[in-house]
Amino acid sequence: MKVIILLILLSLVIALGFLMAFLWAVKSGQYDDDYTPSVRILLDKEQQTENNKS
Amino acid sequence: MDIQAKEAHGESRVSVNNSCYHCGEACDTEKVVLEDKAFCCEGCKTVYEILNNNDMCRYYDLDENAGISLKGKASLEYAFLDDPSVTDRLLDFTDGKTSKVSFYLPQIHCASCIWLLENLYKLNDGITQSRVNFLKKEIFITYLEESSSLRKIVELLASIGYAPNINLGDLDQEEKPVIERKFYYKMGVAGFAFGNIMLLSFPEYLGLNKTTDGMFFQVFGYLNIILALPLVFYSGSDYLQSAWQGLKQKTLNIDVPISLGILTLFGRSVFEILTHTGSGYLDSLAGLVFFLLIGKWFQQRTYHHISFERDYKSYFPIAALLKTEEGTESVSLDRLNPGDNILVKHQELIPADAVLLKGEAQIDYSFVTGESAPVSCKTGDKVFAGGRQVGSSPIELSLTRKVSQSYLTELWNDEAFTKKVDSNTVKLADKVGKAFTIVILLIAFATLFYWLTTDTSIAINAFTAVLIIACPCAVALAIPFIFGNAIRILGRHGFFLKNTSIIERLALIKDTIFDKTGTITIREGGQVEFVGAPLSKAERQAIIQLTERSGHPASRRIHQYLSNWPEEEVRMDKTELATVSEWKEVIGKGIQSLVNQNFTKIGSASFMDDLLEDDTPEEGGVYLQVNNQIRGFFRMDNLFREGTWEVLEYFKNRGQVYLLSGDNDNTKSLLAPIFKDGQLYYRQSPKDKLQFVKQLQAEGKEVMMLGDGLNDAGALQQSDAGLVISENTNNFTPACDAILEARRFSALPTFMEFSRWSIRLVYWAYAFALVYNIIGLSFAVQGALSPIVAAILMPLSSISIVTFGMISSNVVARKMGL
Repeated sequence: MKVIILLILLSLVIALGFLMAFLWAVKSGQYDDDYTPSVRILLDKEQQTENNKS
Repeated sequence: MDIQAKEAHGESRVSVNNSCYHCGEACDTEKVVLEDKAFCCEGCKTVYEILNNNDMCRYYDLDENAGISLKGKASLEYAFLDDPSVTDRLLDFTDGKTSKVSFYLPQIHCASCIWLLENLYKLNDGITQSRVNFLKKEIFITYLEESSSLRKIVELLASIGYAPNINLGDLDQEEKPVIERKFYYKMGVAGFAFGNIMLLSFPEYLGLNKTTDGMFFQVFGYLNIILALPLVFYSGSDYLQSAWQGLKQKTLNIDVPISLGILTLFGRSVFEILTHTGSGYLDSLAGLVFFLLIGKWFQQRTYHHISFERDYKSYFPIAALLKTEEGTESVSLDRLNPGDNILVKHQELIPADAVLLKGEAQIDYSFVTGESAPVSCKTGDKVFAGGRQVGSSPIELSLTRKVSQSYLTELWNDEAFTKKVDSNTVKLADKVGKAFTIVILLIAFATLFYWLTTDTSIAINAFTAVLIIACPCAVALAIPFIFGNAIRILGRHGFFLKNTSIIERLALIKDTIFDKTGTITIREGGQVEFVGAPLSKAERQAIIQLTERSGHPASRRIHQYLSNWPEEEVRMDKTELATVSEWKEVIGKGIQSLVNQNFTKIGSASFMDDLLEDDTPEEGGVYLQVNNQIRGFFRMDNLFREGTWEVLEYFKNRGQVYLLSGDNDNTKSLLAPIFKDGQLYYRQSPKDKLQFVKQLQAEGKEVMMLGDGLNDAGALQQSDAGLVISENTNNFTPACDAILEARRFSALPTFMEFSRWSIRLVYWAYAFALVYNIIGLSFAVQGALSPIVAAILMPLSSISIVTFGMISSNVVARKMGL
């Protein structure tokens, strides 16, 4: 049963990894603007050609 | 496109579409037609042409009539952006080749804006990248110095309707520190600790045998302590600090019982684990901190995108045209000195007190005094900062003071602005927090002394248990969620609040002061009526032509009134045009001209050739004289906002109402039924208004002030709740506590009632919390609070309070039609 302590420590390390990933994501600005990207992804660059008003 | 097709389109359009293709405004006063599209003004047409030529008409497909109206916007001079000392301060980064800059663009409002602004590189080769932050209404542009420049970019933005907000504030201010991110870190850490501590508390939940599996308890206990350290001292640091600040100032705010709970939980848990006497309550602690942070996050999220953090400098221009020996030079305002000569053009603000040297000055002081009629000045007269030149020709001024020392700045620097007065309305949360702390401490000590007589260890146990279980997490969460949700709902309907404490004040304050111009009346537009023998068709046409050329507000209103003559839709055709010669505008007086050989004058009473009898009708009218005979006059009413009377009635039923107007008293008879004697004041300067608010407060009253902005900024700030009615939410005084979109003015009573309901809901939530606390305390005082009971009861109370708050405020909002 003592192995469970090792497993717990491992799981903590993994969880710590995810915490780091979250902190990195915040730091790199991914949470600064959580609205614009959702619009941006819908704005297709290719549509220009078919867009010449009929 | 051939002419026939054009005409066909033109015809169909008249009946089908009368709104501007670019901005969607109705094309009433003028209509510009290009191809098959109608535009409300030349500006909108120009933007369309720019976009059309660059194959960017997709702008109009994403959102219909997405454009920003350019009507009434003076084109600004951006030459000062070539000045390196200015660009250095505006640029975020530059290495001489590539530069980065960010602007605040209040006009951003839809997906089309994002698309257009992120495709700026198509309009200017030098731009390599542009990114939009929609919520903050900011754009980040990267460009190459060799093929573009800051000035070119700003001019481009302005030409397509997104003139950036550049002002002195930008130059003075350092970048605001990013506080948001730190908060996310704290939440992340708290969430991490919460999840893992819950997991490591499993032996306790499963009821493992402590004698055989004691090692697990110990190891897990130590791990929990390690996890709880950053939780308490990093994630929970805001609460601890705020409580400490409160105690230092000898007040008990809501954070005091919270911190007390956190520290007791932590201390007792650490003690139990280290002495092997128990497993502690760290899971409850982690849950508590995490839920508290979520509540705070929700509250912040609701209004972070409206920035109230602007100062008066936002209204000032950034540069002025300095007269030098070689000509003129555009310099930033902070480089102007007394004695400098500057040019102020049509529609520009006077940056500092000065003496008029040259030119026909027509200064509109409505920013300062509220009086909407422009004042004419002669050479040698003093002019004051904050005035706006409205005469058509540029004026030359010699500055007498530095920009920061002028009258306006003085007014704004009044102590009311620097420190927010301690309002009598203590924040509800703090009031409750105080009572709560006192009661809990009483119960805790009573428990302590009761048990001390029998058993010391139970005494300590029960004492700390009371502090733990009574931690006011539910109380602390009720306000962020219920008020936060209320702010969100109100914001969706055009009523923006600065923070949650405003809701309390809106609900509790009884006495209200109204400003008139711009608040209950509309600044421009309004009823025009001709008094005298009815005007013939030819006369109307003549006056239309006469007033067309003048930029004076009165002329524009008459022009608009006659152009939209009710009975006939169709305008005169060319043959019926009057012949106008010798047209002349006398600044501040009126217009005179020969129309069809008849000498015609339109203007103020003093402009008429002494023909007026003594019983001249009221002031503010514009007279019409034809060939030495007074033909009649145009009466121009202040137009009251829709729903004004209902709103006034509502506030009258709540408490005292007052009206302070900077204007003349031509509306007195209309308003008299609502306002009693001593409640109606005219010709009030901003100082008078401020003084009036102070006076009421000295009498012990709490007052709410409804105003429109600058000329009552002092009063707004001084009042216990300052509401600004704004035609444009991007343009408001920083002194206010709340902004109401002008079109939603009639809904104000509903908003007020909704605030009162929100307070009621908070009380209900407190009642809920009380029930939980009684259950928890009944365990605690017996010294029988097991960690499991705490771990269940505490999150349960938090979650149910949040659920109750969100659902109930939404239900109330729906019932009220919000």
